[in-house]
Amino acid sequence: MDDRPFLEIDGLAKRFPSPGGETLTVFENVSFDINRGEFVCIIGHSGCGKSTILNVLAGLDEATSGAVTMDGREVVGPSLDRGVVFQNYSLLPWRSALKNVTFGVRARHPDWSRQQILEHSYRYLEMVGLSGGAEHRKPSQLSGGMRQRVSIARAFAIQPKLLLLDEPFGALDALTRGTIQDELIRIWSGSEQTVFMITHDVDEAILLADRILLMTNGPYARVAESVMIDIPRPRNRAEIIHDQAYYRIRNHLVEFLALRSKTLAAEHDGETGGVPKPNRPLTVRPGSADEDQKSAGEPPSCREAELVSLAR
Amino acid sequence: MLASLGVRALILSSFILVVTLGFWELSTPAVKTAGEMTEYELLMGGADQEARVPPPSQILVRAWEELSNPFYDNGPNDKGIGIQIGYSLFRVLTGYLMAAIIAIPVGFLIGMSPLMYRALDPFIQVLRPISPLAWMPLALFIIKDSEASAIFVIFICSIWPMLINTAFGVAGVRRDWVNVARTHELGALRTALTVILPAAAPTIVTGMRISIGIAWLVIVAAEMLVGGTGVGYYVWNEWNNLDLTSVIFSILVIGVVGMLLDAAFAQVQRAVRYQE
Repeated sequence: MDDRPFLEIDGLAKRFPSPGGETLTVFENVSFDINRGEFVCIIGHSGCGKSTILNVLAGLDEATSGAVTMDGREVVGPSLDRGVVFQNYSLLPWRSALKNVTFGVRARHPDWSRQQILEHSYRYLEMVGLSGGAEHRKPSQLSGGMRQRVSIARAFAIQPKLLLLDEPFGALDALTRGTIQDELIRIWSGSEQTVFMITHDVDEAILLADRILLMTNGPYARVAESVMIDIPRPRNRAEIIHDQAYYRIRNHLVEFLALRSKTLAAEHDGETGGVPKPNRPLTVRPGSADEDQKSAGEPPSCREAELVSLAR
Repeated sequence: MLASLGVRALILSSFILVVTLGFWELSTPAVKTAGEMTEYELLMGGADQEARVPPPSQILVRAWEELSNPFYDNGPNDKGIGIQIGYSLFRVLTGYLMAAIIAIPVGFLIGMSPLMYRALDPFIQVLRPISPLAWMPLALFIIKDSEASAIFVIFICSIWPMLINTAFGVAGVRRDWVNVARTHELGALRTALTVILPAAAPTIVTGMRISIGIAWLVIVAAEMLVGGTGVGYYVWNEWNNLDLTSVIFSILVIGVVGMLLDAAFAQVQRAVRYQE
């Protein structure tokens, strides 16, 4: 085993020829690493190319330049090593929930017997809470939450090296989203699965991720920061909100999305092209106390209160 | 208002049927029995000065006669309606099956490949609007067999809706489902069979349903030309015999068989339908 990270993304760029004759650069110079077993979320405004990056990782789309290396091998085309959960579930509507999962399992293990495939599929369907007859329903007879559960079960059941989630909870109501997030965390913590997930929800990202990648606005979007989430696991949505680090991280993320994603994007326009950019995004730890001292944005009284709470 | 919509529709249908048949029956003057006729009337065929459309009661009697012994065979010009329908169905199904064997794979090809779509589109657009009967002389000349020519006419008329619907259905399969197949590393054949075929099946079967309808329409005309056997020939033969009762009876039979064929495909359609 060498020291190279499990997943390396190097200088990814996506450009489209636009009608005017100029090329439209959606994102460029996107480089980051993901370690084995890490849960990484990526946040950015619509149009910054998050989904395209995910599709490139999945092998469904091709970047204009740059390379993706997983486990020392370049990613070319889709593979069973990279499972994808799409926002719109992408279940096959003519197959029952169970058959959608066996579809994946059979593709992964063509040598397995029917019985083995069924047992394996049932195990994952039970993991997401789909059993007792509901697994024989067609997707159209299931609620949105149930459909996404099936989709997650299908992705986990093929046990990919990398799991890609494209805004999996975007179409769900807040309550359902909460339950499925908890389930996702529970399944993930037992699996040592590497996860790369797109989300628009800051709270969801903090709850789930080890690290959050922040993208600037497009065009010419790039991954500007890599925010470490220093909140101990297991995390719980009810307790996490009492953690002081939670708010520091949350404020940092919201500030980035509201203001800096725009100003950083504007910086590009002012650039003359000579300034070399860092190869990897800046790592920040807004959750830890000493990072706070550097920024010194908060009034000292607030800081003292935190230290007291930490001392307890 | 207590009865369901289905029951009320049934009552209304029966009412319309009874009224229509009643008017038809009453507007046809009864033919005198032989005893009441004068010598002259008997010599003139016992009929009116002009031929009339027979009343429904007469058609019912004829239907009873024909249907109680549908498979009799008294030589080339006198066969039971069951045998005639059998010949027609055999031709329709043979030509139709041959068309399906070609149209569905080619439709798949056109639907999956934009190049093939563009390359074959002009041929399809020119060939499709040609009346199937226009092929008949050419078919007779080349095939030199009237039976096979009739089958060819069915083949050529039922191929287009199947071809176009298959191509349309295959091309319209949601990108997401194809991506599911791709991320699961399915080969081209497995993708075609387990993802694209079920996804496009409702559109394909709709095309097949349209085709069988057209094939049944065309076989009657084709058999009128080809002659010999079949329900189309039967209609024409009875016309030549000036037996309007049999003509009307066979028209009804053609309608009922067409309806049954359509109903069979409606069942298939129901089986492959899915809800997104």
